[in-house]
Amino acid sequence: MRIGVVTFPGSLDDRDAARAIRLAGADAVALWHGDHDLHGVDALVLPGGFSYGDYLRAGAIASLSPIMTEVIDAANKGMPVLGICNGFQMLTEAHLLDGGLIRNEQGRFICRDQGLRIENNSSDWTNGFEANAEIVIPLKNGEGSFIASAETLKALEGEGRIVARYLGNPNGSLNDIAGVSNTRGNVVGLMPHPEHAVEAGFGPDTAEAMASGVDGLTFFTSVITRALVGV
Amino acid sequence: MPTIVVEVMPKAELLDPQGKAVAGALGRLGQTQPALANVAGVRVGKRFEISIDGDADTATLAAVRELADTVLSNSVIEDVVGIHVQDEPSTAVA
Repeated sequence: MRIGVVTFPGSLDDRDAARAIRLAGADAVALWHGDHDLHGVDALVLPGGFSYGDYLRAGAIASLSPIMTEVIDAANKGMPVLGICNGFQMLTEAHLLDGGLIRNEQGRFICRDQGLRIENNSSDWTNGFEANAEIVIPLKNGEGSFIASAETLKALEGEGRIVARYLGNPNGSLNDIAGVSNTRGNVVGLMPHPEHAVEAGFGPDTAEAMASGVDGLTFFTSVITRALVGV
Repeated sequence: MPTIVVEVMPKAELLDPQGKAVAGALGRLGQTQPALANVAGVRVGKRFEISIDGDADTATLAAVRELADTVLSNSVIEDVVGIHVQDEPSTAVA
């Protein structure tokens, strides 16, 4: 399986995302924001960072990039797309996901290992998790507070499109929402960073050993497993 | 040069941490400057000035209105609160 990672001006975690994809067992394909070409990939990751310095709104300018025409088209046809942090912001700006992300309620950048509960383990990116699995992966952003209208929230809740909820709300996100999916479950946006918890020695601390947390890997193995065996 | 001004504010019902931080600072100043003591709140928004070659005609204005709703603002988190045309880009208040 070939999974593309799009690099935008100001992307930071594209290399980490590519490494996570390789560790999960797929080929990572570097894609460029200025191209109109997905190079035949089977799935896509929009990585974290500060595309265009968060000018205008976080993710807004990147969501208008040339490659986003192809990304939006592929997503609407069912290709798995994971937006992490700034990538999540891009997906909301591109209207592939509902809601929006605003500045953290305490006005501070937050960087810490964050507990999450996986509430939807049927999406393309979370099907490898047990129901209601509790995991820890890093969270690092200044504008991660998820908001949506009451009507949208009701739809997200009612349709099981809350993919992950914070265990302890770090930033004022409505209903503790850390990640959501589209109706089809192929497009997922996540504020915390699974790609930073994929390799022992470099992940969050666990009860067993320092920096040994690899909970993020399952996001990437989920999409690979579904593509290979169609679970 | 005609300039189309677009003003965007965070939605009134949403928390505006930036405005809150500024209001906090004004509150502290208010302790020593009585004229500021009755500042009740601050919200911070954005103002875009789009300079136009030629006339800001109806078609251009319509295009900018569309742009204001789709690119310059995100209707999930912000409202366009004003669009108007002025003769020149803004300069400092005398």
